[in-house]
Amino acid sequence: MHQLTLAEIARALAAKQFSAEELTRSLLTRIGQLDPQLNSFITVTEEQAVAQAKAADARRANGEGGALLGAPIGHKDLFCTQGIRTSCGSRILDNFEAPYDATVVDRLAAAGAVSLGKLNMDEFAMGSANESSYYGAVKNPWDLSRVPGGSSGGSAAAVAARLLPAATGSDTGGSIRQPAALTNLTGLKPTYGRVSRWGMIAYASSLDQGGPIARTAEDCALMLGAMAGFDTKDSTSVDQPLDDYLTALTKPLTGLRVGLPKEYFGEGLDSKIADAVMAAVEELKKLGATVKDISLPNMQHAIPSYYVIAPAEASSNLSRFDGVRFGYRCDNPADLTDLYKRSRAEGFGDEVRRRIMVGTYALSAGYYDAYYLKAQKIRRLIKNDFVSAFEDVDVILGPTTPNLAWKLGEKNNDPVSAYLEDIYTITANLAGIPGISMPAGFIDGLPVGVQLLAPYFQEGRLLNVAHQYQQVTEWHKQAPSGF
Amino acid sequence: MALERSEVEKIAHLARLGLNEDDLPRTTETLNNILGLIDRMQAVDTTGIDPLAHPLETSQRLRADAVTETNQRDAYQAIAPAVEDGLYLVPRVIE
Repeated sequence: MHQLTLAEIARALAAKQFSAEELTRSLLTRIGQLDPQLNSFITVTEEQAVAQAKAADARRANGEGGALLGAPIGHKDLFCTQGIRTSCGSRILDNFEAPYDATVVDRLAAAGAVSLGKLNMDEFAMGSANESSYYGAVKNPWDLSRVPGGSSGGSAAAVAARLLPAATGSDTGGSIRQPAALTNLTGLKPTYGRVSRWGMIAYASSLDQGGPIARTAEDCALMLGAMAGFDTKDSTSVDQPLDDYLTALTKPLTGLRVGLPKEYFGEGLDSKIADAVMAAVEELKKLGATVKDISLPNMQHAIPSYYVIAPAEASSNLSRFDGVRFGYRCDNPADLTDLYKRSRAEGFGDEVRRRIMVGTYALSAGYYDAYYLKAQKIRRLIKNDFVSAFEDVDVILGPTTPNLAWKLGEKNNDPVSAYLEDIYTITANLAGIPGISMPAGFIDGLPVGVQLLAPYFQEGRLLNVAHQYQQVTEWHKQAPSGF
Repeated sequence: MALERSEVEKIAHLARLGLNEDDLPRTTETLNNILGLIDRMQAVDTTGIDPLAHPLETSQRLRADAVTETNQRDAYQAIAPAVEDGLYLVPRVIE
């Protein structure tokens, strides 16, 4: 049962081959047996999962249907879940049981999805290796001595190890696409504003976007169809009709114009990854696509711009964790300032404290123009690059990551070297456009991801290209040995 | 421009983050490495470019000025570290 995709589960449940409760119990057992090796879950919600599965079976018995009715999923632990710990991977929220559900959680539950628990992540989604979690590092199922990527590393490891068919994630600088690439999964970051941020604990509000991680593009389409859409509770939610993502999958790729930005194939890219990416381009050509060399000249400036904007917004967002209204409070505070300072110093980990300090500095009196404003100007240059590139091509293709999954601990002492791993993914967040990563091969047994980017609101196009590619390739069907 | 130890202390105070004396040299060094990365921005010519704050450049949506939420004080205070009579407790601030 654990090898089935969401689409296959939907057919099996409809054909009454097994019940949602049987499926849920079987996966819960599997999580209990295998997750100690991976550490992908922070909280397994066994009781609630069985109750949701029984409710899904009852709805089906009453004649209800729907592709996600009874489908097992998990949520990255930054989506608020009412009455269930929502830790954001941080000590400061270790005791926090959210008083309400995130819109994404609500919508998936309404569609009948069964949540098996809350998935590990880098603390406050700050990281590319899932090593900054208060609950410990997550291991990559393809090689337990390596990182699964981050910050949605728990989501990726759980889906790659067939503990779940799909999970939610969030992507501020690549946190869905990069772990998907490093674990042989398909992960989609939607257009900014497409998926509600209500109840998704904020890191950098102008960049954060929730999205699905699954094994296939088809499953991502099923998840996105439930997750996306206008929400009055999110002031940056976009009021625009959703595409029919399942219908979009089937469109032939004849005439598709694919842009290859020369900046994505330059210095710093592992040459074996470049070869795998070009092999994927050849497959798309066989499917009728044409290829054009393009340029995104400001890409190199994205990392410094991002590492101002994201920490600046984080320093503001994370000021709400004050030890007064919820979350961790230090013992025996001497006075109010001591309460704030010690609760935050003891509650936040190293990387979170670093980013708060960088952001505080960038926003402090006298430095605002030189840092935050300058970074926002570069942000416009990056957006303009995409706008002009999309005049000539339908999608942009390149590697998702410059390197394969690295060894646990390898980049721990050097934050700057870890930041450089984000080079291919962060431009989509700065511009707000959608991006997808799909499996495209293996090097020495480790997965390689190809990233596709599209104009605003063309998630359907990305899913379409990935799905058509997955009809003629087998990479996405490979499972790590032992799982 | 490298940060001095005293500036790191000032930033930590602005962010209300307690600093461990022993960690100060390492924190200062790491922050300076990050600022070194960030300072590459200054080489980019952005003359005449407007800052971009929101990718879709839309402005805040407005809603009718009507009460839509109900009072959930008990639920919100159930997760607070210390409350009494519906109030949040903090160390004494007025002598």
